[in-house]
Amino acid sequence: MSDIGTGRGAPTAIDAKGIWKVFGRDAGAFNRLPLQARTPETLMAVGLVGAVQDATFQIGRGEVFAIMGLSGSGKSTLLRCLTRLIEPTAGEIAFNGRDILKLGDKELVDLRRQRMGMVFQHFALLPNRTVVGNVAFPLEVQGMPRVEAERRAMELIETVGLKGRETRFPAQLSGGQQQRVGIARSLTTNPEFWFLDEPFSALDPLIRADLQAEVLRLQQTQTRTVIFVTHDLDEAIRLADRIAIMEAGRIIQIGTPEELVTQPATDYVRRFVAKVPPARVVRVASIMTVEPGPATAGVNADATIADIAPQLVAAEGRLPVIDGARQVGWLDRSAALATLAVRI
Amino acid sequence: MVPKDVAGRYSLWTGLAVTLAILATSLLAPASFAQLSDKAILPISDWVGSGMNWFARDAAIFGVKIADITRALASAAQMPIDWLKFILADGWVKGAGFNKVQLAPPLSWLGVILAAALVGFRLSGRGLAILTLLAGAYLVFFGLWASAMTTLASVVICVVAALVLGLAMGFWAYRSVRAEMWLRAIMNVMQTVPIFSYLLPTLLLFGYGPSAALFATVVYALPPMVHATVLALRSVPSETLELARMTGCSRAQTLWKVELPVAAPRLAIGLNQVVMMTLNMVIIASMIGAGGLGYDVLRALRRLDFGAGFEAGMGIVALAVVLDRLTQVAAHNQSTGRQGLWSRRDTLVAVLLLLVPTLASLALPALSAWPANWTLTTAPFWNGAVSLINQNFYEPLEAIRTAMLLGVMNPMRNLLQAAPWSLVIALLALAGYTLGGFRTALTVVLLMLFVLISGYWQAAMSSVYLMVLSVALALAIGLPFGIWVSGHARLHHPVQLALDTLQTLPTLVYLLPAVMLFRNGDFSALIAIVSYAVAPAVRYGMAGMTHVPSERIEAALMSGCTPWQSFRFVRLPAALPTLILGVNQTVMMALSMLVIAALVGTRELGQEVYTSLARGETGPGIVAGLCVAAIALVADALLKSGAQRAARHEGEAHV
Repeated sequence: MSDIGTGRGAPTAIDAKGIWKVFGRDAGAFNRLPLQARTPETLMAVGLVGAVQDATFQIGRGEVFAIMGLSGSGKSTLLRCLTRLIEPTAGEIAFNGRDILKLGDKELVDLRRQRMGMVFQHFALLPNRTVVGNVAFPLEVQGMPRVEAERRAMELIETVGLKGRETRFPAQLSGGQQQRVGIARSLTTNPEFWFLDEPFSALDPLIRADLQAEVLRLQQTQTRTVIFVTHDLDEAIRLADRIAIMEAGRIIQIGTPEELVTQPATDYVRRFVAKVPPARVVRVASIMTVEPGPATAGVNADATIADIAPQLVAAEGRLPVIDGARQVGWLDRSAALATLAVRI
Repeated sequence: MVPKDVAGRYSLWTGLAVTLAILATSLLAPASFAQLSDKAILPISDWVGSGMNWFARDAAIFGVKIADITRALASAAQMPIDWLKFILADGWVKGAGFNKVQLAPPLSWLGVILAAALVGFRLSGRGLAILTLLAGAYLVFFGLWASAMTTLASVVICVVAALVLGLAMGFWAYRSVRAEMWLRAIMNVMQTVPIFSYLLPTLLLFGYGPSAALFATVVYALPPMVHATVLALRSVPSETLELARMTGCSRAQTLWKVELPVAAPRLAIGLNQVVMMTLNMVIIASMIGAGGLGYDVLRALRRLDFGAGFEAGMGIVALAVVLDRLTQVAAHNQSTGRQGLWSRRDTLVAVLLLLVPTLASLALPALSAWPANWTLTTAPFWNGAVSLINQNFYEPLEAIRTAMLLGVMNPMRNLLQAAPWSLVIALLALAGYTLGGFRTALTVVLLMLFVLISGYWQAAMSSVYLMVLSVALALAIGLPFGIWVSGHARLHHPVQLALDTLQTLPTLVYLLPAVMLFRNGDFSALIAIVSYAVAPAVRYGMAGMTHVPSERIEAALMSGCTPWQSFRFVRLPAALPTLILGVNQTVMMALSMLVIAALVGTRELGQEVYTSLARGETGPGIVAGLCVAAIALVADALLKSGAQRAARHEGEAHV
């Protein structure tokens, strides 16, 4: 694990240290094990299964953090530990410096009501409520007067593009529309932390792309700290600032998409990212030569090589790299084209 | 390790050896292995009887006698029944006999029928509305309206009570694992105890009258509601429960805003079952004073007035079909998410429909009670038809009856009754062991030993003979028919509809035609049981065959199977687990009808229960009822393990 920091240097919003979740007949036995004995083998010997093992990471405020892995890797369990839908067996989880595992019932309810929103894999809409009834539900639970709750709900329904369908029932909507309702509902309370549990895996590919774009758009208009779980690497690369890859309950690498592709920590990660074209993740800043210059136009330092492919094709020689309005370096055209030409 | 087949053959041979050994000992050894001597029989019925009597007469908690509590409960329950009867059937009357003065009329039949038709129209459409109108018209024109409304009043009260209690108990079982375990064990027995056995304790505790009938009915209708509630709450997706937690719902909010609404479609299915079971029980409970249509049928049966009985029976059918369709449509709308069918304006219209004819009935009495001299009756026609049949077809009918009795039924009964109990129990234990292992065998043995030492062995064997014979007949008719229908897609829907209707009919109705043609006795009972139990046989025959994976049939076709080969080698094995479950269901239906058939004079456990009921002997009634339950549980244990075994070999069971 090369980097457990938050990237980008934003202040830490979520700080998770040594989270464990073990299942088994006598899960209490886990806490009696000495620290160094907490390995998968010893767990198995005492009849326990470590669904999440020693997960440690920090998430910066406004960061989009993806937890990714195959089914059974413990990613959904980890997400549920962060929301305390599942109580971790051991570890600390601090939200803005406050350990949420020590919160009492009432404080936890308040935290969930005010500051957390969650989107579910199978939407979890209430079939007996209309679209507006579903979206207003979290506010109604808090005791907000109905008129006001529905007014706020209507704003969000408009935001996610379901205006005109607010009186429909979930059964009358397509899967993509249902998940739009789920997204709107998770945002009615204007939460600071947004949890998405495989939000698009039940949808077909075209709808999935639409909704990914929707999430990106929502994140641009109002920046939240987003934790999302997915088994789709493309999705993680498209949405996330950083990705944590899990295998059999352990986080085996955390990094930006580019780091995962260019410096995979294990063979497992290498195989995982093998089908990703490097040009999609490698950023201009990573392969430019640092040399301030006078140019005011060129390619963006933050862009991926794939983003600037048309400019590369049209250009001759090297291209100036711009960060903000200043030139910070030069991009060698052949080095950049080499990333495009990698056989995968 | 020994391969499975070899192990199976091995145990078969041991089993055969054991059987032969037992047969030999029971023939040679002392007679008590064949026929248990009276000394060995435990007076369980006396114990139960005196226990119940003590409980009902002398027992007390905190110085308050149970009897006082139950009587108080009974009179408390009497009040809502009376109110509903005022409203629906009798109107508000003062005095009795010649001094009877009606202070307020009941709701007019016209209003009730129109309002019910409006509900049917809104929930489903024109078809249901017309059906409701026709059923209502039948009840009115044949002078059955007041009886029907008395029955309906009991049904409404019982359904509400069973619904509230069932939801509460179901919710309790859903929350607590231990409660669920206990409830499930009790409910399993309760569902197999025959219907009459419920009447006895309630009669003892609450006295003769509508409120005792109400308690018996509620207890009888509870298990399916509890079961449906647990299933419905379990079916709420875990994500939805997580949503409730993530939005910070309180416990009450989770229950009322999330769990119950999401579970509503399945709860509605439970409601439909509860309504139908309640109707069935209310009809039977007319024996202990519930009144209504059931009483009309019973009275007619006692007077051998088949025509009147048949008319009242058809009245029950009309009521049952309308109640079933209405609740089923409501459940269907719930599960398909059709909402907003009933508007506030409809409520207003319905209230007006109820009130206007009722007010008008003050001026026009025919609107509140259909005049007796306008009443139609077909009773003479039916009675005439019966005597015509008896005059002209007496000989062939009698020939069938006698041949069946002498050739099949009596020999079989004699065989079963003469068989040594040790042999019967050993064979059943062997069957249990080969099908389900040691535990099944033990269960079977213990249950049968209970029947033996309680002294009902002979009666139980009579029950078994009637049950086995009727199940065999029902299967011989039902399964082939079901399998045949499964091959004709066009017939699926009408056959389903006919089966649904058959199964909604209260059990009492089935006795009428059999008695009309063959008089009292075992043969009539056989016919009634077979006609009642044939529905599940057909249903499971269809289900088993239609759920065979189409790929397997295609594979059989592509390997060049003839239709017979594809049936014999592919479809039949795949359907086998479902077919065995169908056999199980048929057995259960046969047993529940068997007890009702005591009314037409059989000589078996059901008759013991019925006679005890008539004499008010609690102990024997309850113990004989428990013996019926024991037989049902044995059949259930054997057939369920058989189905599981078949399923292990051939994929899963459906339905």
